[in-house]
Amino acid sequence: MDIGLTHYLILAAILFTIGIAGIILNHKNIIVILMSVELILLSVNINLVAFSTHSGDLTGQVFALFILTVAAAEAAIGLAILVAFYRNRGSIAVEDINALKG
Amino acid sequence: MWYDLIVFLPLVGFLVAGVFRHQLGPENAERLTTGLLGVSCLIAWIVFLGVDFSHQEEATISPVANWLTSGKLEISWALRIDTLTAVMLVVVTTVSFLVHVYSIGYMREDPSRQRFFAYLSLFTFAMLMLVTANNLVQMFFGWEGVGLASYLLIGFWYEKPSANAAAIKAFVVNRIGDFGFALGIFLVFVLTGSVSFDHIFAAAPGLVGKTIHIFGGEWDALTITCLLLFMGAMGKSAQFLLHTWLPDAMEGPTPVSALIHAATMVTAGVFMVARLSPLFDLSPSALTFVTIVGATTAFFAATVGLVQNDIKRVIAYSTCSQLGYMFVALGVGGYGLGIFHLFTHAFFKALLFLGAGSVIHAMHHEQDMRNMGGLKDEIPFTFWMMTIGTLALTGVGIPFTPIGFAGYVSKDAIIEATYVSTRPGAVYAFMCIVIAAGFTSFYSWRLVFMTFFGKRGDWKGSLPAAHGHVHDDHAHAHDEHGHGPAHESPRVMLIPLAVLALGATFAGIVFRHDFIGGEYETFWRQSLFLAKDNTILEAMEHAPWLVSLMPTLMMLGGLALAYYMYVVDKTMPAALARANPLLYRFLLNKWYFDELYDFLFVRPAFWIGRLFWKGGDGYIIDGFGPDGISARVQDVTRNVVRLQTGYVYHYAFAMLIGVAALATWYLFGGIH
Repeated sequence: MDIGLTHYLILAAILFTIGIAGIILNHKNIIVILMSVELILLSVNINLVAFSTHSGDLTGQVFALFILTVAAAEAAIGLAILVAFYRNRGSIAVEDINALKG
Repeated sequence: MWYDLIVFLPLVGFLVAGVFRHQLGPENAERLTTGLLGVSCLIAWIVFLGVDFSHQEEATISPVANWLTSGKLEISWALRIDTLTAVMLVVVTTVSFLVHVYSIGYMREDPSRQRFFAYLSLFTFAMLMLVTANNLVQMFFGWEGVGLASYLLIGFWYEKPSANAAAIKAFVVNRIGDFGFALGIFLVFVLTGSVSFDHIFAAAPGLVGKTIHIFGGEWDALTITCLLLFMGAMGKSAQFLLHTWLPDAMEGPTPVSALIHAATMVTAGVFMVARLSPLFDLSPSALTFVTIVGATTAFFAATVGLVQNDIKRVIAYSTCSQLGYMFVALGVGGYGLGIFHLFTHAFFKALLFLGAGSVIHAMHHEQDMRNMGGLKDEIPFTFWMMTIGTLALTGVGIPFTPIGFAGYVSKDAIIEATYVSTRPGAVYAFMCIVIAAGFTSFYSWRLVFMTFFGKRGDWKGSLPAAHGHVHDDHAHAHDEHGHGPAHESPRVMLIPLAVLALGATFAGIVFRHDFIGGEYETFWRQSLFLAKDNTILEAMEHAPWLVSLMPTLMMLGGLALAYYMYVVDKTMPAALARANPLLYRFLLNKWYFDELYDFLFVRPAFWIGRLFWKGGDGYIIDGFGPDGISARVQDVTRNVVRLQTGYVYHYAFAMLIGVAALATWYLFGGIH
């Protein structure tokens, strides 16, 4: 069986859905949310690479590299915020983070 | 100019002492108000004596300013000076001045006495405005002004709930009378097209027989007018049915009782009827009503006075009763007699009240006579002054001659005049006031005997109290009241007593000739109206000898009975009270008028008020109006707020739904 574009897209969609579900259904830990965000970014990357290969254009793959870099930076910042938050509040449980409550 | 000074000096005193009360300090405020009143009093006497010598027929009108002009209605401030006004000016300024002086001593320990003196001056100004009024509206201004001052002064000790209640009661009961007075003024304007006295009096004879249409019937216009105006007088002068406020007004400081609730304000009704005598004289039915109300009041108040135990309340009922005498005098057509009694009464009643104040002062703010006794030797000067006042009130004099204390001369003349009067109701009035004269003597001497004779505590526990609400709250701040030796009051309080005692002794003899004797016509001139066929003053001189003797007999009877019951056989009052418990309770509770009014008016009024407050305003207007709308808005926002949970994943979910919805819309709908 040939591995075609469709399979890549389905894989990306599955990853994306897992990521979304991880954000929405996760009630425990804020690190899980960060990981889910990474997962979503990766699913986008897979899409970019898949389309780049499919259409023979390298731009998509270059773009994917940029996204990886940005995602790494973002993960670093996110973890840093997390540490600062933990120092302030003593907890990173999702239930405890509701200061936006009306 | 001089007239303006009399009237406006007290106003200056009020404004300065009232506005700058902190800067002035109590001593200066006292000096200022008392000094200004003294000047005003001096000028008033000069004017009064001048009235005797001037041969001017008409009243002197001294214009002050235009008040308002609206179409046909024209009202201006003007001072009307004639004999009647001059008499009232003298009474008001003299008593007011003496009360000011007396208060310097009486109120010495009060921390806010600047306010007290300012109110006293305000009252005096309003009263002078009333008596110098040149039209009905100006009179109404003064009328309401004295009502206001009375309210402020009754409630002067506003920490006491009972004083506040009494002040409000006085104000509300007076409103009922004033309602009639205002309607009367409107009716006068409708009938004559003016409120100025000169116009009214000129137009009055033309109104005889005129009828007006009220409530589907034709009524005599003049009678209705006079009755409405008299309703105002009934309220202000505490006549039967509208009397309930006067005894309660004794919650105020005693000098106030002397000035307002004995000598001046309560006589405003008498003054008003006398001033409007050209109107009243044309309506015999209204005068009959005046006679009957006056007589009933005289009798009723005297019976209640018999059993009261509070020294000020006894004198208050006595005042009520004496006001009844004045109205009887007016009712039978003896306007000069009424004013003469007003004049003499001002002296001896102010004397009695200030004397009672001196007793209260000596007893450390004790007012219950049952806790007194034997004060004769401890405060002899006050005792003698009170005795003179009592002699004047009960009418001690030599029968068949005009020689006697002030009350003898004026009151006995009223009794004789009532006897010879042909007015319907005069017989009833005669009987009432003769019996009341006996009662007057009894309760006055009872007061003297209980207070000054015997020894302290003779009456403790022997006479039951009414309900308990009569003597409840004099115990503020003075725990030791009624104990310890009594001490004579300072000189500044005794001198006014002495001056008033002079008046109480000689005012009758000196002024009899002018007020009701041969000089009547030349003294009063146009200020009091006298119809051609009104010969009551001459007829009065020819009353049968028994009638002339009657008041003296009643006085002696009352004195003897009081002496027997309160000096000789001291068990008798309590025994009598036990023997007739129903009658005793009936009198002690003032014929149950307070309870009756409470049931008939006060409680329904509270009920209606509560209905409108809770039901109308609270439930309907607030419930469906502002409060209802705001409650609905809050309900909505409360639900909206619940959407804002603060959890990141909820927001993320909402975003996802939104993105999904947008994408769906673009895919299926947005392309076309």
